[in-house]
Amino acid sequence: MKTKSNLERVLESKIFAVTGELGPPQSADPEVIRRKAKILKGHVDACNVTDGQTAVVRMASWAACIMAKEEGLDPIVQMTCRDRNRIALQMDVLGIAALGLNNMLCLTGDHQKFGNHPTAKGVYDLDSIQLVKMVKDMRDEKKFQCGEAMSVEPHLFIGAAENPFADPFEFRAARLAKKAAAGADFIQTQIVYNVDKFAQWMKMVRDRGLHERVKILVGVAPIKSVGAAKYMKTRVPGMDVPDSVVARLQGVPKEQVSKEGIKLCIDIINKVREIEGVAGIHLMAIEWEETVPEIVEAAGLLPRPKLVT
Amino acid sequence: MLISKQKPLEEILSYVEGDKSIFLIGCKGCAEGWGSGGEKQVAEMKNTLQEKGKTITGSVVVDMLCDGALTKLKLRSYKKDIASADSILVLTDGAGVQTVAEVVNKVVHPGCNTLSSGGAHAEWKEAERCLECGDCVLEFTGGLCPIARCSKLLLNGPCGGSQGGKCEVDPSIPCVWQQIVDRLAKLRQLDKLERFVTPKNWSVSLISGPPVKRFP
Repeated sequence: MKTKSNLERVLESKIFAVTGELGPPQSADPEVIRRKAKILKGHVDACNVTDGQTAVVRMASWAACIMAKEEGLDPIVQMTCRDRNRIALQMDVLGIAALGLNNMLCLTGDHQKFGNHPTAKGVYDLDSIQLVKMVKDMRDEKKFQCGEAMSVEPHLFIGAAENPFADPFEFRAARLAKKAAAGADFIQTQIVYNVDKFAQWMKMVRDRGLHERVKILVGVAPIKSVGAAKYMKTRVPGMDVPDSVVARLQGVPKEQVSKEGIKLCIDIINKVREIEGVAGIHLMAIEWEETVPEIVEAAGLLPRPKLVT
Repeated sequence: MLISKQKPLEEILSYVEGDKSIFLIGCKGCAEGWGSGGEKQVAEMKNTLQEKGKTITGSVVVDMLCDGALTKLKLRSYKKDIASADSILVLTDGAGVQTVAEVVNKVVHPGCNTLSSGGAHAEWKEAERCLECGDCVLEFTGGLCPIARCSKLLLNGPCGGSQGGKCEVDPSIPCVWQQIVDRLAKLRQLDKLERFVTPKNWSVSLISGPPVKRFP
């Protein structure tokens, strides 16, 4: 074990892992975090806390992580390069580790254009792969990015994201290889609705032996409405929502659509579990956290191993 | 006037390490003016590389290398010399390097860093080609600049928002990383993208360095 991460422990024991997601509020209200954390507790092995997702100002990920940890979760701090240069990133890495948080997901970040401050200056001093390498060197080499040594290193379990559905498709596995080589311990993918295309990507991943070097958690999410499915299909860059998914939701009476969306999510979990090299799921029930217990139970993923951090 | 300065020799040599034969290109415009890639510097580079055991298949110093149409025309008469070289080393600013990369189907190495565009644009105006970052990365990106053309300035791209060859931030502009992958695939150099590109030195750029620069 490189860290005290519960997620690392679960993955190392070859147990099919479940991570969740918690979005901090656009306010200073701690109760939002505590309420969501209580729902997720006992149903996930670790929980991402987003870092200004879609470039909208929200409570800092690390601060919300502290509260989530107090509620009994093993939080994953999300860290984006959009808002921080290498100096700020490393300061946050030190602080996060010192506060007893165990996991960090390294992201480039959603572009500021999509958020509520589109006139902001994007930083992008590093990209996500450079961030992964920097955190790994801090942890394993006890070195800052500049090469200087530190006395006490940050013990963080390092994650990165990958989108199997973005272009150029043929290059996606190569990019994953770069993230693995840079030092990622685990990968969380974009939400999967197109299982066939995901399976194709996984084959490229296995051909390179990457599933043995980095743990792959498949992004899944329930869909609440036909409108949401259509929105993701047409408006969200990098999402692949097949027509069959929209049709399935359209095929049930309106009051049953959200139930069908949950069923669909469970079906996808059952399918991706069968794919060789998949180490777990990352369940993103964003602003719909109350569905997490139901989905995890119906997918036969309960009880979760006792949480230890 | 685009102001450029030759990269350190060790850096240039590391770029051409695997190449036996090289074609050299300089520019009679800005690079001649700044002494980074005119007649004299191209001749000196020829000698230096020959001393290092490289074969120089030919060389040319073009008027206004950043003019795509002109460069395409001019390079036509060197077709054979270029074809027989493993790669091309271009001694001028980022705009000129990208022009050559676009008109020739050959690996292009940048020999200079662009310190400033001096308030002017290059001759080929259809796209922003150089952001005067002072630490040219075109070596790693198939001669297409991710600093000038990627919304997130990715050096290890593409990001997860590239779809159908377009940038998620503005679908009216092409995803430069798709273009980079396409060009390197065409050159059978995709393995170049498997290499980790280290964090960039921003201290030499106009946007992060001192607002006033001393030039060579």
